[in-house]
Amino acid sequence: MKQNILRGRDIISMADFSKEDILYILRVADQVKKSNPNRLLSGCLMGSCFFEPSTRTRLSFEAAMKRLGGDVIGFADSSTTSAKKGETLYDSIKIIGQYVDIIVMRHPVDGSARRAAEATDTPIINAGDGSNQHPTQTLLDLYTIKESQKSIDGIHIALVGDLKYGRTAHSLAQALSHFNVRLYFIAPPSLQIPPHIANHVKAKQVKFSFHEKLDDVLPKLDILYMTRIQEERFSDSMEYNRVKDVFRLTLDQLGAVRPSMRILHPLPRVREIDPSIDATPHAYYFQQAQNGLLVRQAVLSLVLGKIE
Amino acid sequence: MPSKTLSVAAIKNGTVIDHIPQGTALRILALLNLTSYPKIATVGLNLPSQSMKRKDLIKLEDREITQEEASQIAVFAPKATMAIIRNYAVIKKIPLRIPDTVEHVFLCHNQNCVTNKDRMSSKFRIIQTGSSIHLECVYCERMYSQDQMKNYIHDV
Ligand SMILES: [Zn+2]
Repeated sequence: MKQNILRGRDIISMADFSKEDILYILRVADQVKKSNPNRLLSGCLMGSCFFEPSTRTRLSFEAAMKRLGGDVIGFADSSTTSAKKGETLYDSIKIIGQYVDIIVMRHPVDGSARRAAEATDTPIINAGDGSNQHPTQTLLDLYTIKESQKSIDGIHIALVGDLKYGRTAHSLAQALSHFNVRLYFIAPPSLQIPPHIANHVKAKQVKFSFHEKLDDVLPKLDILYMTRIQEERFSDSMEYNRVKDVFRLTLDQLGAVRPSMRILHPLPRVREIDPSIDATPHAYYFQQAQNGLLVRQAVLSLVLGKIE
Repeated sequence: MPSKTLSVAAIKNGTVIDHIPQGTALRILALLNLTSYPKIATVGLNLPSQSMKRKDLIKLEDREITQEEASQIAVFAPKATMAIIRNYAVIKKIPLRIPDTVEHVFLCHNQNCVTNKDRMSSKFRIIQTGSSIHLECVYCERMYSQDQMKNYIHDV
Protein backbone atom coordinates (compact mmCIF):
# COMPACT_ATOMS: atom_id res chain seq x y z
CA MET A 1 0.00 0.00 0.00
CA LYS A 2 1.08 3.52 -0.77
CA GLN A 3 2.67 5.55 1.98
CA ASN A 4 0.49 8.26 3.47
CA ILE A 5 1.68 11.39 1.66
CA LEU A 6 -0.68 13.65 3.59
CA ARG A 7 0.55 12.95 7.10
CA GLY A 8 1.28 16.24 8.83
CA ARG A 9 0.51 18.25 5.71
CA ASP A 10 -1.57 21.42 5.62
CA ILE A 11 -4.72 21.34 3.51
CA ILE A 12 -4.83 24.93 2.27
CA SER A 13 -5.56 25.07 -1.44
CA MET A 14 -6.50 22.69 -4.24
CA ALA A 15 -3.56 24.17 -6.12
CA ASP A 16 -1.29 22.19 -3.76
CA PHE A 17 -2.71 18.83 -4.84
CA SER A 18 -1.73 16.62 -7.74
CA LYS A 19 -4.15 14.27 -9.44
CA GLU A 20 -2.56 11.40 -7.48
CA ASP A 21 -3.11 13.23 -4.16
CA ILE A 22 -6.77 13.80 -5.05
CA LEU A 23 -7.40 10.19 -6.07
CA TYR A 24 -5.62 9.00 -2.95
CA ILE A 25 -7.93 11.05 -0.70
CA LEU A 26 -11.00 9.82 -2.58
CA ARG A 27 -9.87 6.20 -2.16
CA VAL A 28 -9.36 6.70 1.57
CA ALA A 29 -12.85 8.25 1.81
CA ASP A 30 -14.20 5.05 0.25
CA GLN A 31 -12.22 3.03 2.75
CA VAL A 32 -13.69 5.07 5.64
CA LYS A 33 -17.18 4.55 4.23
CA LYS A 34 -16.73 0.77 4.10
CA SER A 35 -14.97 0.21 7.40
CA ASN A 36 -16.55 2.95 9.57
CA PRO A 37 -13.54 3.03 11.93
CA ASN A 38 -15.22 4.71 14.90
CA ARG A 39 -12.20 4.67 17.26
CA LEU A 40 -9.60 5.66 14.70
CA LEU A 41 -8.93 9.15 16.05
CA SER A 42 -9.42 8.50 19.74
CA GLY A 43 -6.95 10.54 21.76
CA CYS A 44 -6.69 13.19 19.00
CA LEU A 45 -7.84 16.75 19.60
CA MET A 46 -9.09 19.07 16.85
CA GLY A 47 -9.18 22.85 17.22
CA SER A 48 -12.31 24.12 15.48
CA CYS A 49 -11.44 27.77 14.83
CA PHE A 50 -14.30 29.58 13.13
CA PHE A 51 -13.36 33.25 12.93
CA GLU A 52 -16.57 33.69 10.97
CA PRO A 53 -19.68 31.61 11.50
CA SER A 54 -20.45 28.74 9.13
CA THR A 55 -22.68 26.33 10.96
CA ARG A 56 -22.89 23.79 8.17
CA THR A 57 -19.15 23.44 7.63
CA ARG A 58 -18.35 23.54 11.33
CA LEU A 59 -20.85 20.81 12.21
CA SER A 60 -19.59 18.68 9.35
CA PHE A 61 -15.97 18.86 10.58
CA GLU A 62 -16.88 18.42 14.23
CA ALA A 63 -19.13 15.45 13.45
CA ALA A 64 -16.37 13.93 11.30
CA MET A 65 -13.89 14.17 14.16
CA LYS A 66 -16.28 12.85 16.83
CA ARG A 67 -17.58 10.01 14.65
CA LEU A 68 -14.00 8.76 14.51
CA GLY A 69 -13.63 8.93 18.28
CA GLY A 70 -11.70 12.22 18.34
CA ASP A 71 -12.30 15.27 20.48
CA VAL A 72 -13.01 18.90 19.59
CA ILE A 73 -12.41 22.27 21.21
CA GLY A 74 -12.92 25.65 19.59
CA PHE A 75 -15.11 28.61 18.87
CA ALA A 76 -17.95 29.27 16.44
CA ASP A 77 -17.31 32.95 15.72
CA SER A 78 -14.61 35.48 16.47
CA SER A 79 -16.62 37.71 18.79
CA THR A 80 -15.38 35.68 21.75
CA THR A 81 -11.70 35.49 20.76
CA SER A 82 -8.75 37.77 21.30
CA ALA A 83 -8.78 38.57 17.56
CA LYS A 84 -11.33 41.16 18.65
CA LYS A 85 -8.70 42.69 20.91
CA GLY A 86 -6.37 43.23 17.97
CA GLU A 87 -4.26 40.09 18.22
CA THR A 88 -2.85 39.06 14.85
CA LEU A 89 -4.04 35.86 13.27
CA TYR A 90 -0.42 34.68 13.40
CA ASP A 91 -0.26 34.97 17.19
CA SER A 92 -3.71 33.43 17.73
CA ILE A 93 -2.88 30.38 15.64
CA LYS A 94 0.57 29.97 17.18
CA ILE A 95 -1.03 29.66 20.61
CA ILE A 96 -3.94 27.43 19.55
CA GLY A 97 -1.47 25.18 17.73
CA GLN A 98 0.15 24.35 21.05
CA TYR A 99 -3.10 22.93 22.41
CA VAL A 100 -4.32 20.68 19.63
CA ASP A 101 -3.21 18.05 17.10
CA ILE A 102 -4.95 19.62 14.11
CA ILE A 103 -6.61 22.97 13.38
CA VAL A 104 -9.68 23.42 11.22
CA MET A 105 -9.98 27.08 10.38
CA ARG A 106 -12.58 29.30 8.76
CA HIS A 107 -11.72 32.97 8.33
CA PRO A 108 -13.22 35.87 6.34
CA VAL A 109 -9.84 37.10 5.02
CA ASP A 110 -8.39 35.78 1.73
CA GLY A 111 -5.09 33.97 2.23
CA SER A 112 -5.55 33.67 6.00
CA ALA A 113 -5.17 29.89 5.91
CA ARG A 114 -1.75 30.07 4.23
CA ARG A 115 -0.73 32.68 6.77
CA ALA A 116 -1.95 30.53 9.66
CA ALA A 117 0.10 27.60 8.37
CA GLU A 118 3.23 29.74 8.71
CA ALA A 119 2.49 30.35 12.39
CA THR A 120 2.42 26.76 13.59
CA ASP A 121 3.73 23.26 12.91
CA THR A 122 0.30 21.88 13.76
CA PRO A 123 -1.44 21.00 10.49
CA ILE A 124 -4.06 23.49 9.28
CA ILE A 125 -7.14 22.46 7.36
CA ASN A 126 -8.65 25.37 5.50
CA ALA A 127 -12.43 25.36 5.94
CA GLY A 128 -12.79 28.51 3.84
CA ASP A 129 -10.56 31.61 3.66
CA GLY A 130 -12.68 34.51 2.45
CA SER A 131 -13.43 34.15 -1.24
CA ASN A 132 -10.28 32.14 -1.88
CA GLN A 133 -10.30 28.40 -1.14
CA HIS A 134 -12.36 25.73 0.56
CA PRO A 135 -10.53 22.55 -0.42
CA THR A 136 -12.67 19.98 1.41
CA GLN A 137 -15.71 21.30 -0.48
CA THR A 138 -13.91 20.62 -3.74
CA LEU A 139 -12.76 17.19 -2.57
CA LEU A 140 -16.30 16.23 -1.61
CA ASP A 141 -17.53 17.48 -4.98
CA LEU A 142 -14.96 15.31 -6.73
CA TYR A 143 -15.83 12.35 -4.51
CA THR A 144 -19.51 12.79 -5.37
CA ILE A 145 -18.81 13.04 -9.09
CA LYS A 146 -16.73 9.88 -8.96
CA GLU A 147 -19.29 8.05 -6.83
CA SER A 148 -22.21 8.93 -9.08
CA GLN A 149 -20.46 8.41 -12.44
CA LYS A 150 -17.93 5.71 -11.42
CA SER A 151 -15.10 7.80 -12.90
CA ILE A 152 -14.14 11.44 -13.26
CA ASP A 153 -12.35 10.91 -16.55
CA GLY A 154 -14.62 11.10 -19.55
CA ILE A 155 -17.49 13.08 -18.04
CA HIS A 156 -19.24 16.16 -19.38
CA ILE A 157 -19.88 18.66 -16.60
CA ALA A 158 -21.53 22.08 -16.54
CA LEU A 159 -20.83 24.66 -13.87
CA VAL A 160 -23.80 27.00 -13.57
CA GLY A 161 -24.47 30.27 -11.76
CA ASP A 162 -22.13 32.88 -10.35
CA LEU A 163 -18.86 31.66 -11.84
CA LYS A 164 -17.10 35.00 -11.42
CA TYR A 165 -17.15 35.28 -7.66
CA GLY A 166 -18.01 31.74 -6.67
CA ARG A 167 -14.93 30.15 -5.15
CA THR A 168 -16.58 26.72 -5.32
CA ALA A 169 -16.73 26.92 -9.10
CA HIS A 170 -13.14 28.20 -9.45
CA SER A 171 -11.71 25.55 -7.27
CA LEU A 172 -13.72 22.76 -8.89
CA ALA A 173 -12.79 23.89 -12.40
CA GLN A 174 -9.11 23.90 -11.47
CA ALA A 175 -9.30 20.48 -9.83
CA LEU A 176 -11.25 18.99 -12.74
CA SER A 177 -8.61 20.18 -15.16
CA HIS A 178 -6.37 17.38 -13.83
CA PHE A 179 -8.81 14.98 -15.47
CA ASN A 180 -9.97 14.22 -18.97
CA VAL A 181 -13.30 16.07 -18.81
CA ARG A 182 -15.42 18.40 -20.96
CA LEU A 183 -16.44 21.61 -19.17
CA TYR A 184 -19.36 23.94 -19.88
CA PHE A 185 -19.38 27.29 -18.09
CA ILE A 186 -22.96 28.56 -17.95
CA ALA A 187 -23.44 32.06 -16.51
CA PRO A 188 -24.74 35.52 -17.33
CA PRO A 189 -21.97 37.39 -19.21
CA SER A 190 -21.28 39.62 -16.20
CA LEU A 191 -20.70 36.59 -13.97
CA GLN A 192 -18.65 34.36 -16.29
CA ILE A 193 -15.60 32.47 -15.08
CA PRO A 194 -12.54 34.76 -14.70
CA PRO A 195 -9.84 34.61 -17.40
CA HIS A 196 -7.18 33.25 -15.05
CA ILE A 197 -9.32 30.19 -14.30
CA ALA A 198 -10.15 29.68 -17.98
CA ASN A 199 -6.45 30.00 -18.82
CA HIS A 200 -5.58 27.43 -16.20
CA VAL A 201 -8.07 24.98 -17.68
CA LYS A 202 -6.82 25.72 -21.17
CA ALA A 203 -3.21 25.13 -20.16
CA LYS A 204 -4.22 21.63 -19.06
CA GLN A 205 -5.74 21.04 -22.51
CA VAL A 206 -9.23 20.52 -21.15
CA LYS A 207 -12.00 21.40 -23.62
CA PHE A 208 -14.48 24.00 -22.44
CA SER A 209 -17.09 26.45 -23.73
CA PHE A 210 -19.12 29.39 -22.45
CA HIS A 211 -22.91 29.52 -22.49
CA GLU A 212 -25.66 31.85 -21.37
CA LYS A 213 -28.43 29.25 -21.25
CA LEU A 214 -28.77 25.86 -19.67
CA ASP A 215 -31.02 24.19 -22.19
CA ASP A 216 -28.48 24.09 -25.03
CA VAL A 217 -26.16 21.79 -23.14
CA LEU A 218 -28.44 19.85 -20.77
CA PRO A 219 -28.75 16.72 -22.98
CA LYS A 220 -24.96 16.37 -23.15
CA LEU A 221 -24.30 16.39 -19.44
CA ASP A 222 -23.28 13.77 -16.92
CA ILE A 223 -23.04 16.30 -14.09
CA LEU A 224 -24.92 19.56 -13.69
CA TYR A 225 -23.26 21.60 -10.97
CA MET A 226 -25.55 24.43 -9.85
CA THR A 227 -24.42 27.34 -7.67
CA ARG A 228 -26.18 30.32 -6.13
CA ILE A 229 -26.49 33.67 -7.82
CA GLN A 230 -26.41 36.32 -5.12
CA GLU A 231 -28.40 39.48 -5.55
CA GLU A 232 -25.67 41.66 -4.01
CA ARG A 233 -23.38 40.86 -6.99
CA PHE A 234 -25.60 42.93 -9.26
CA SER A 235 -25.45 46.68 -9.43
CA ASP A 236 -28.99 46.86 -10.72
CA SER A 237 -31.88 44.75 -9.51
CA MET A 238 -33.51 44.55 -12.97
CA GLU A 239 -30.54 42.60 -14.22
CA TYR A 240 -30.72 40.31 -11.20
CA ASN A 241 -34.41 39.67 -11.71
CA ARG A 242 -33.76 38.81 -15.34
CA VAL A 243 -30.99 36.27 -14.72
CA LYS A 244 -32.32 34.66 -11.56
CA ASP A 245 -34.99 32.84 -13.56
CA VAL A 246 -32.70 31.95 -16.44
CA PHE A 247 -30.52 30.05 -13.98
CA ARG A 248 -33.34 28.30 -12.26
CA LEU A 249 -33.76 24.58 -12.92
CA THR A 250 -37.30 23.23 -13.17
CA LEU A 251 -38.68 19.75 -13.64
CA ASP A 252 -39.85 20.29 -17.22
CA GLN A 253 -36.26 20.98 -18.33
CA LEU A 254 -35.19 17.46 -17.43
CA GLY A 255 -37.10 15.74 -20.25
CA ALA A 256 -34.13 15.23 -22.56
CA VAL A 257 -31.31 14.62 -20.09
CA ARG A 258 -29.27 11.44 -19.82
CA PRO A 259 -30.77 8.94 -17.36
CA SER A 260 -27.48 8.90 -15.44
CA MET A 261 -27.20 12.70 -15.26
CA ARG A 262 -26.82 13.93 -11.67
CA ILE A 263 -27.41 17.41 -10.27
CA LEU A 264 -25.04 18.75 -7.61
CA HIS A 265 -25.20 21.93 -5.54
CA PRO A 266 -22.95 23.02 -2.66
CA LEU A 267 -26.05 24.07 -0.70
CA PRO A 268 -27.74 26.00 0.71
CA ARG A 269 -29.84 26.53 -2.40
CA VAL A 270 -32.12 29.51 -2.62
CA ARG A 271 -34.21 29.09 -5.72
CA GLU A 272 -31.78 27.61 -8.24
CA ILE A 273 -33.31 24.13 -8.08
CA ASP A 274 -37.04 23.68 -7.91
CA PRO A 275 -37.95 21.39 -4.96
CA SER A 276 -40.01 19.20 -7.31
CA ILE A 277 -36.68 17.93 -8.68
CA ASP A 278 -35.70 16.49 -5.31
CA ALA A 279 -37.78 13.34 -5.89
CA THR A 280 -36.16 12.52 -9.26
CA PRO A 281 -33.16 10.21 -9.57
CA HIS A 282 -31.20 13.19 -10.93
CA ALA A 283 -31.14 14.98 -7.58
CA TYR A 284 -27.87 14.17 -5.85
CA TYR A 285 -27.19 17.25 -3.72
CA PHE A 286 -28.24 15.70 -0.44
CA GLN A 287 -25.92 12.72 -0.96
CA GLN A 288 -23.27 15.27 -1.85
CA ALA A 289 -23.70 17.00 1.51
CA GLN A 290 -23.54 13.65 3.26
CA ASN A 291 -20.30 12.84 1.44
CA GLY A 292 -18.82 15.93 3.05
CA LEU A 293 -18.68 14.03 6.32
CA LEU A 294 -16.84 11.08 4.73
CA VAL A 295 -14.32 13.21 2.89
CA ARG A 296 -13.60 15.25 6.02
CA GLN A 297 -13.15 12.04 7.99
CA ALA A 298 -10.66 10.87 5.37
CA VAL A 299 -8.76 14.16 5.40
CA LEU A 300 -8.58 14.31 9.21
CA SER A 301 -7.39 10.68 9.42
CA LEU A 302 -4.79 11.16 6.71
CA VAL A 303 -3.35 14.40 8.07
CA LEU A 304 -3.24 12.95 11.59
CA GLY A 305 -1.40 9.95 10.14
CA LYS A 306 -3.91 7.38 11.43
CA ILE A 307 -4.74 5.74 8.12
CA GLU A 308 -2.74 4.61 5.10
CA MET B 1 20.55 63.92 -33.60
CA PRO B 2 22.50 60.65 -33.77
CA SER B 3 22.18 58.46 -30.74
CA LYS B 4 25.90 58.33 -29.98
CA THR B 5 26.09 62.00 -29.03
CA LEU B 6 22.69 61.88 -27.40
CA SER B 7 23.61 59.21 -24.92
CA VAL B 8 23.87 60.40 -21.39
CA ALA B 9 27.18 61.18 -19.79
CA ALA B 10 29.39 58.38 -18.52
CA ILE B 11 29.46 57.86 -14.78
CA LYS B 12 32.49 57.37 -12.60
CA ASN B 13 31.03 54.97 -10.05
CA GLY B 14 27.61 53.38 -9.90
CA THR B 15 25.25 51.30 -12.01
CA VAL B 16 24.05 51.40 -15.58
CA ILE B 17 20.77 49.67 -16.31
CA ASP B 18 20.32 49.43 -20.06
CA HIS B 19 17.82 47.87 -22.47
CA ILE B 20 14.86 48.67 -20.29
CA PRO B 21 11.57 48.35 -22.20
CA GLN B 22 10.30 51.74 -23.34
CA GLY B 23 8.11 53.31 -20.67
CA THR B 24 9.41 51.19 -17.79
CA ALA B 25 12.32 53.27 -16.41
CA LEU B 26 10.19 55.40 -14.13
CA ARG B 27 8.57 52.31 -12.68
CA ILE B 28 11.98 50.86 -11.94
CA LEU B 29 12.98 54.07 -10.18
CA ALA B 30 9.84 53.82 -8.10
CA LEU B 31 10.46 50.14 -7.44
CA LEU B 32 13.97 50.88 -6.15
CA ASN B 33 12.67 53.86 -4.22
CA LEU B 34 15.02 56.16 -6.15
CA THR B 35 12.61 58.94 -6.98
CA SER B 36 14.19 61.00 -4.24
CA TYR B 37 17.74 59.73 -4.79
CA PRO B 38 20.14 62.37 -3.41
CA LYS B 39 22.93 61.69 -5.95
CA ILE B 40 22.90 62.03 -9.71
CA ALA B 41 20.50 59.70 -11.47
CA THR B 42 20.35 60.04 -15.22
CA VAL B 43 17.28 58.66 -16.92
CA GLY B 44 16.97 58.25 -20.66
CA LEU B 45 13.53 57.69 -22.10
CA ASN B 46 12.66 56.50 -25.61
CA LEU B 47 16.29 56.23 -26.69
CA PRO B 48 16.93 54.67 -30.09
CA SER B 49 18.11 51.07 -29.83
CA GLN B 50 19.22 48.59 -32.45
CA SER B 51 17.76 45.55 -30.71
CA MET B 52 14.56 47.04 -29.36
CA LYS B 53 13.79 50.14 -31.50
CA ARG B 54 13.20 52.29 -28.43
CA LYS B 55 14.47 51.71 -24.94
CA ASP B 56 14.89 53.34 -21.56
CA LEU B 57 18.13 53.64 -19.65
CA ILE B 58 19.08 54.49 -16.08
CA LYS B 59 22.47 55.55 -14.73
CA LEU B 60 22.89 55.80 -11.00
CA GLU B 61 25.85 57.66 -9.62
CA ASP B 62 27.40 56.08 -6.49
CA ARG B 63 24.83 53.34 -6.18
CA GLU B 64 25.56 49.67 -6.83
CA ILE B 65 22.49 47.58 -7.50
CA THR B 66 22.35 44.36 -5.49
CA GLN B 67 21.58 40.93 -6.92
CA GLU B 68 18.24 41.01 -5.14
CA GLU B 69 17.31 44.36 -6.64
CA ALA B 70 18.40 43.06 -10.02
CA SER B 71 15.92 40.19 -9.69
CA GLN B 72 13.15 42.63 -8.87
CA ILE B 73 14.02 44.70 -11.93
CA ALA B 74 13.96 41.54 -14.03
CA VAL B 75 10.26 41.12 -13.30
CA PHE B 76 9.61 44.29 -15.31
CA ALA B 77 12.58 44.30 -17.64
CA PRO B 78 13.57 40.69 -18.33
CA LYS B 79 15.99 41.70 -21.10
CA ALA B 80 17.67 44.57 -19.28
CA THR B 81 21.43 44.59 -18.84
CA MET B 82 23.04 45.83 -15.67
CA ALA B 83 26.62 46.84 -15.18
CA ILE B 84 28.44 48.01 -12.08
CA ILE B 85 30.88 50.82 -12.86
CA ARG B 86 33.95 51.72 -10.86
CA ASN B 87 36.32 54.40 -12.00
CA TYR B 88 34.60 54.64 -15.41
CA ALA B 89 35.07 50.91 -16.12
CA VAL B 90 32.58 48.09 -16.05
CA ILE B 91 33.80 45.86 -13.27
CA LYS B 92 30.84 43.53 -13.12
CA LYS B 93 27.80 42.62 -15.16
CA ILE B 94 24.89 41.46 -13.08
CA PRO B 95 23.23 38.49 -14.73
CA LEU B 96 19.49 38.89 -14.88
CA ARG B 97 17.43 36.04 -13.63
CA ILE B 98 13.70 36.24 -13.11
CA PRO B 99 13.17 35.08 -9.53
CA ASP B 100 10.70 32.37 -8.50
CA THR B 101 9.18 34.63 -5.87
CA VAL B 102 9.39 38.26 -4.82
CA GLU B 103 8.90 39.11 -1.21
CA HIS B 104 8.09 42.42 0.39
CA VAL B 105 8.24 44.44 -2.83
CA PHE B 106 4.72 44.77 -4.19
CA LEU B 107 1.40 45.31 -2.47
CA CYS B 108 -1.42 42.88 -3.23
CA HIS B 109 -4.34 44.75 -4.85
CA ASN B 110 -6.86 42.60 -3.04
CA GLN B 111 -7.98 44.70 -0.08
CA ASN B 112 -9.26 41.57 1.63
CA CYS B 113 -5.88 39.81 1.31
CA VAL B 114 -4.24 38.81 4.58
CA THR B 115 -1.08 40.66 3.50
CA ASN B 116 -3.09 43.90 3.71
CA LYS B 117 -4.73 42.98 7.01
CA ASP B 118 -2.03 41.46 9.20
CA ARG B 119 1.41 42.90 9.92
CA MET B 120 3.37 40.85 7.42
CA SER B 121 5.31 40.80 4.14
CA SER B 122 3.70 40.26 0.78
CA LYS B 123 4.91 37.38 -1.36
CA PHE B 124 4.27 36.69 -5.03
CA ARG B 125 5.08 33.70 -7.18
CA ILE B 126 6.40 34.68 -10.60
CA ILE B 127 4.69 32.77 -13.37
CA GLN B 128 6.28 32.96 -16.77
CA THR B 129 4.36 31.76 -19.79
CA GLY B 130 6.19 32.46 -23.02
CA SER B 131 7.09 36.12 -22.96
CA SER B 132 4.41 37.18 -20.49
CA ILE B 133 5.00 37.40 -16.77
CA HIS B 134 2.32 37.15 -14.12
CA LEU B 135 2.53 37.49 -10.37
CA GLU B 136 0.39 35.32 -8.15
CA CYS B 137 -0.14 36.26 -4.52
CA VAL B 138 1.05 33.29 -2.47
CA TYR B 139 -1.69 33.98 0.09
CA CYS B 140 -4.92 35.03 -1.62
CA GLU B 141 -3.91 33.42 -4.96
CA ARG B 142 -4.98 36.42 -7.03
CA MET B 143 -3.15 36.68 -10.32
CA TYR B 144 -1.76 39.94 -11.70
CA SER B 145 -0.02 40.92 -14.89
CA GLN B 146 3.27 42.76 -14.43
CA ASP B 147 1.59 45.96 -15.65
CA GLN B 148 -0.84 45.79 -12.76
CA MET B 149 1.89 45.85 -10.12
CA LYS B 150 2.13 49.52 -9.39
CA ASN B 151 2.20 49.71 -5.62
CA TYR B 152 5.50 49.16 -3.95
CA ILE B 153 6.35 48.67 -0.33
CA HIS B 154 8.97 51.05 0.96
CA ASP B 155 9.93 50.81 4.58
CA VAL B 156 10.47 54.15 6.18
ZN1 LIG C 1 -3.03 38.71 -1.93
